[in-house]
Amino acid sequence: MTSPQDIRSPGLWPSRKPGKRHAEEGARSALIAAVSTVALLGLILWWIGTSEAWPAVQKQFFNSDHFWKSLPDVAGGFWLDVQMFIVAEVLILALALVLAMIRSLRGPAFFPLRALVIAFIDLIRGVPIILLILLLGFGIPALQLTGVPSSPLFWGVATLVISYSAYTAEVYRAGIESVHESQRMAARSLGLTQVQTLRYVLVPQAIRNVIPALLNGFVSLQKDVALVYVLGVREGVREAQIYIAGTFNYTPYIVATILFLLVSVPVARFTDWYTDRDRRRRQAVGS
Amino acid sequence: MTTKIEVRNVVKSFDDKVVLRDVDLLVDSHEVVCLIGSSGSGKSTLLKCINLLLPIDAGEILLDGGVITDRSVNPNDVRQRMGIVFQAFNLFPHMTVLENITLSPVKVHGISRDEAHDRAHSLLDQFGLLDKIDEYPDRLSGGQQQRAAVVRALATKPELMLFDEVTSALDPELVAEVLGVIRGLKDQGMTMIVATHEMGFARDVADQVCFLDDGVILEKGEPAQIFSEPQQPRTRQFLQRIVEAGRL
Repeated sequence: MTSPQDIRSPGLWPSRKPGKRHAEEGARSALIAAVSTVALLGLILWWIGTSEAWPAVQKQFFNSDHFWKSLPDVAGGFWLDVQMFIVAEVLILALALVLAMIRSLRGPAFFPLRALVIAFIDLIRGVPIILLILLLGFGIPALQLTGVPSSPLFWGVATLVISYSAYTAEVYRAGIESVHESQRMAARSLGLTQVQTLRYVLVPQAIRNVIPALLNGFVSLQKDVALVYVLGVREGVREAQIYIAGTFNYTPYIVATILFLLVSVPVARFTDWYTDRDRRRRQAVGS
Repeated sequence: MTTKIEVRNVVKSFDDKVVLRDVDLLVDSHEVVCLIGSSGSGKSTLLKCINLLLPIDAGEILLDGGVITDRSVNPNDVRQRMGIVFQAFNLFPHMTVLENITLSPVKVHGISRDEAHDRAHSLLDQFGLLDKIDEYPDRLSGGQQQRAAVVRALATKPELMLFDEVTSALDPELVAEVLGVIRGLKDQGMTMIVATHEMGFARDVADQVCFLDDGVILEKGEPAQIFSEPQQPRTRQFLQRIVEAGRL
């Protein structure tokens, strides 16, 4: 016989109520998750390890000598990646907001500005970022314009800023449009201009709505900074390549991979955590 | 008596739907005009046209004898002279009550922060909201939010106030406190145009009642005349339904 309690037994009908029962279920779930993860990983490792080519690959990619020898140079290069990321992200957040605000202006008087921004965004989003980096990074310094920097580092970061701003502007714009029309109307009725309405009323509410999407962009940019290696900028991936060119051992790629993961995984976890918390808060307000 | 607002032959449509057809309205200074009529009759649209929140298709609107619906007129200048209160309050949720109220005086009217604060203080005191000054709107009841919205509009010292069904979104027991605020403004001599479904209130407070039906002002006159001896069959029918619903 199945009593009502049995029907609600752990696992079958997960109880949402906090308390001892909930804690027991949590521990049980964690155990199942851990066992299945270890089993799956073990299976994959065994599969790779039994491959005939594995010993050669191990020597080529997982050599501890080369790992420690290449680490200082690759880490030094990676530090440049981090710096590029920080500088670019700050500029992107600012430039994208300006673009989104211009795109959100209404009325025929602002048509030329709006059209310009739309054209810019369409153009930038339509070209692969690697091509943009090559075009701007090699093209503009070749023009030898006086007063214009010619450093590949400068143009690499500038291209990232230009490219990501186009995408981020659309994120901001979605946020601005998600604010209810009545807010715009209330602000205009008080005599605020369009720009004041955006600045004091719409944008502050919009940013709160799009923080998860902006954080997602952070994670993406944090890896894409490595693309400037094509210009010869000695960042992490480039340093790894230089080492490989002298030794024909690919371990530095693993070094670079680990360094990128060390930074991007925490950012990704933070994004998830923040998004979850934000959703719970909104539900709490809505109920 | 001087004319504060004059609406002449105003036409407004949304896409194919004509919402206002040939509306005329005269509002004198210190006069209270109530707009009545069923939902969709154009009351709300008329108020938003007067505030220039919606562009009109034809006709013109004059404020103190000057045309305000002309392309050469800066709508921000016009809006600075009148306040509007909406059905759904439309307070800014990310700002405290005080910040909601002082935003326009400081940023639009160029009043010093201290003076704007003083003005907000005395208005909130007058409307019984002083203890809510630092609260965010979601911490206030509907009636309190709507009174805060009235204060926000008054803080810019408007010459004219527009009320767009300001009690329609409120629980019944909160309606009186908001209507009381409008009565208080009448006593102070404020010129007001009030779109409302509260017929008892319109009868008590209005100097002039306009019945809108399908985008035209079908009938206007003193409340006693409109409510006791309506001339038009549509007005009689509308009021009959209101009486049947126990709202008059």
